[in-house]
Amino acid sequence: MSTLLSEQSRTEIDAWIAKYPPEQKQSAVMGALKIVQEANGGYLTTELMDAVAEYLEMAPIAVYEVATFYSMYELKPVGKHKICVCTNISCMLCGSDDIVAHLKQKLNIGFGETTADNKFSLKEVECLGACGGAPMMQIGKTYYENLTSEKIDDILSQLD
Amino acid sequence: MVTIEIDGKSYQAEAGQMLIELTDNNGIDIPRFCYHKKLSVAANCRMCLVEVEKAPKPLPACATPIMDGMKVFTRSEKALIAQKSVMEFLLINHPLDCPICDQGGECELQDVAVGYGKDLSRYQEGKRVVFDKNIGPLIATEMTRCIHCTRCVRFGQEISGIQELGATGRGEHTEIGTYIEQSLSSELSGNIIDLCPVGALTSKPFRFKARAWEMQQAETIAPHDAVGSNLYVHLRSKQLMRVAPKENEAVNEVWISDRDRFSYEGLTADDRLTTPMIKQDGNWQETDWETALAFASENLKKLESNNIGALASATATIEELYLLQKFMRGIGSQNIDHRLRQVDFSDQNDAPLFPYLGQAIADLENSDAALIIGSHLRKEQPLLNHRLRKASLNGAKIMLFNPIDYDFNFKIAEKIITTTWVKNLAGIAKALLETEATLLPAKMQELLAEVEITEQQRAIATVLSATQKGTILLGNLATAHPQFADIRSLAAIIAKLSGANFGYCGESCNTSGAWLAGALPHRTAGGKPVEKAGLDAQAMLTQGLKGYILLGLEPELDNWNGVAALNSLKQAEFVVSLTAYKTAAIEEYANVILPISLFAETSGTYVNVEGNWQSFKGIIPPPGEARPAWKILRVLGNLFELEDFEYTSSNEVSEELSEIIGDKLANNKMGWQIPEKLETQEAEGIQRITEMPIYSVDALVRRADALQNTIDAKITKTAHINAKLANQLNVNETSYVQVKQDEIMFTLAVTINDQLPDNAVLIYAGQNATAGWHGQVELSATTEGQT
Repeated sequence: MSTLLSEQSRTEIDAWIAKYPPEQKQSAVMGALKIVQEANGGYLTTELMDAVAEYLEMAPIAVYEVATFYSMYELKPVGKHKICVCTNISCMLCGSDDIVAHLKQKLNIGFGETTADNKFSLKEVECLGACGGAPMMQIGKTYYENLTSEKIDDILSQLD
Repeated sequence: MVTIEIDGKSYQAEAGQMLIELTDNNGIDIPRFCYHKKLSVAANCRMCLVEVEKAPKPLPACATPIMDGMKVFTRSEKALIAQKSVMEFLLINHPLDCPICDQGGECELQDVAVGYGKDLSRYQEGKRVVFDKNIGPLIATEMTRCIHCTRCVRFGQEISGIQELGATGRGEHTEIGTYIEQSLSSELSGNIIDLCPVGALTSKPFRFKARAWEMQQAETIAPHDAVGSNLYVHLRSKQLMRVAPKENEAVNEVWISDRDRFSYEGLTADDRLTTPMIKQDGNWQETDWETALAFASENLKKLESNNIGALASATATIEELYLLQKFMRGIGSQNIDHRLRQVDFSDQNDAPLFPYLGQAIADLENSDAALIIGSHLRKEQPLLNHRLRKASLNGAKIMLFNPIDYDFNFKIAEKIITTTWVKNLAGIAKALLETEATLLPAKMQELLAEVEITEQQRAIATVLSATQKGTILLGNLATAHPQFADIRSLAAIIAKLSGANFGYCGESCNTSGAWLAGALPHRTAGGKPVEKAGLDAQAMLTQGLKGYILLGLEPELDNWNGVAALNSLKQAEFVVSLTAYKTAAIEEYANVILPISLFAETSGTYVNVEGNWQSFKGIIPPPGEARPAWKILRVLGNLFELEDFEYTSSNEVSEELSEIIGDKLANNKMGWQIPEKLETQEAEGIQRITEMPIYSVDALVRRADALQNTIDAKITKTAHINAKLANQLNVNETSYVQVKQDEIMFTLAVTINDQLPDNAVLIYAGQNATAGWHGQVELSATTEGQT
């Protein structure tokens, strides 16, 4: 058994496994990846995904499929604050293009990049289910809605 | 049954069956990419959209269950608009590189695009580009061409049982691949070449060699395993370019193993022999057939006939094997054998007509339990393993009795991993005896009286005694065991006590045929016992005869004891080798070498493990002066003036044989004897285990370059020991061990493999000549790197 998963992580994963029938351990894969990613400072490595695969008795490729599909998993190191901007239809219609342009200019990075001080990463994501507050972005676990350039400046200045 | 209407005609169908199954069975054409009848329904390509009355939108025929009274329109305006739109989307990212694509001319996308595509693209944006992956020596990738049908991914999950390919990324960024670069390890991986509807996955050895329309197709039978997969070979101007499966639901379904698909590369190996050669005064010279055959017969005639022995490969056709034994018996020798990988012949008189599976291949799927005794079945007989995998997925309990804890691609219910065969099998028999009231002979009861039962043995017995349709299968590791007779006897008793079917996994493509043809020292054609049995394969080589005739063999690699075989051959006065290849070893021991035809070059018949006779024609001419072995043997018979050797076709030979066999059938219910005593002592010291690996089984596959570069071939060069033994010997994976066995020494690199039991070493056969396949060996660490 791989030693990459900490005692703490395993206990948390076991809580997810317990939610599903015993022969469907792999249903816990999304929860497990989230736990492992957080424990690893915000991103996953191939080794960690392999460890999850082994723990849940899945083929490693099946774990890679999940980890590469969902935008909440990171496969490379990211900055302290991961800014996920929705550019899907509702946000786009409400001006997400301007939001993106402002963020890119302000942080001087593009999508998939991290600022030199490792503070911010910028990521384009699909609909996060907050169309009522479009345009929107997610930083960490917080949703920020009805964005404007000024509002973004304000939000970013309050993050340490 | 329900009635539905398709395009105005009515059809009877099973309710719940998918629409596409019905249309396929009735020859109604619906385009599709992701649907495949042997795979689960994915419904992701959307190409098979059809109009169904009362449904607001077109429905995918592959995922629409049939309901009574349904009205379907496959060619209505609505259906066609839907199909054409899907086609347009599929072509958005597909490159227009058909002229340089191997799939061009036999491409499902190309074909369907002709029917449903537009001649102009409305797409102005940049196309998606996907970098290629190296997934091993067998399959070439061009992933930009992929249309994400996921057939290859589903094949891994559902058929080969090892999920290696997957769809990573999302939407526009989806890619099919392994994510981290690695070779596919499945022994059935080549089938994804056939499954891929586009040119994303193509055959690597065949790449850029020929276009589909330049080639002709012919049918033949696979020349390696005991299944006898039905094949198509594709030829361009009399050259074999590639091999593909021919559907036969009863034998290979729609699949073939990689061994059957890629071994053709060995046909054109550099050491292929193309002219007859004779050795005079120690020098080899090329000659013509007349001289070579005269030289052979003159020199053989100088020897006493019972001092001549014939050894044949079971990859020879039944016609060749029949003629070889007819020749030997004609000159007065019973010394003929094909069982080069067997060493215990003590119960040969009780053996069945041939090593029979005990049932039809397709019936294996219906087993509710199976005990595999001594077989790396996945690699020995990939498609028998596939049938058992299907049984396992249906809930059958498959159990293993092996010296090595091999990986299987299905769930193993119980297993015993041991080098102590007899004791453990006796334990299972005894455990069954406790619950099954039976008429077991008193002698057997007596032998079992002293045996103690372990928990594992009892667990296996419990499963077996509860089965309705159980199967006990003996594999090649059992056949090669020095206590084969006892193992067979105990396996048969276990089968009898549990009411299970008793069968053999089979070895080569024509092992059954070799038994039927009488390539045996104790039985002539049709299984008829001879008055006084000749020498078996091992006796011929250990006692040392003056003359040998070899058919299609490399005895130093094919025989149970390669070194002993080489020594005897070197000391013989006269050796005739009918061979397709000229090797350094053959040059050393042979006096005449006669070039023979191989796979696809000769007509003949193979009999598979279920007793199915499958005949094939010669498709391509053999290289140079090489000739079919049956013709060579016929002329040899003529030169010895033997009676009834006037055959004009291989058909005449097989007809003669099948008349001799008549209606005899193999019966595994008999076919074993009760041993004198059971050798239940545990062997001392380190025991050698030998496996004939998948890509070394015969001369042809040993020369197939691509297969020799697979993982399965690469692991065979080293000595495998478990970590515990490695610690004791103080070696690791960078060091070497010296193996000492029967006064023979050789050095091998070390692989640490925890599938092995304690105090055992796995040394693969078919690599270099080594000593016997079983027995005690001494291992010591050494720094020497040479082998």
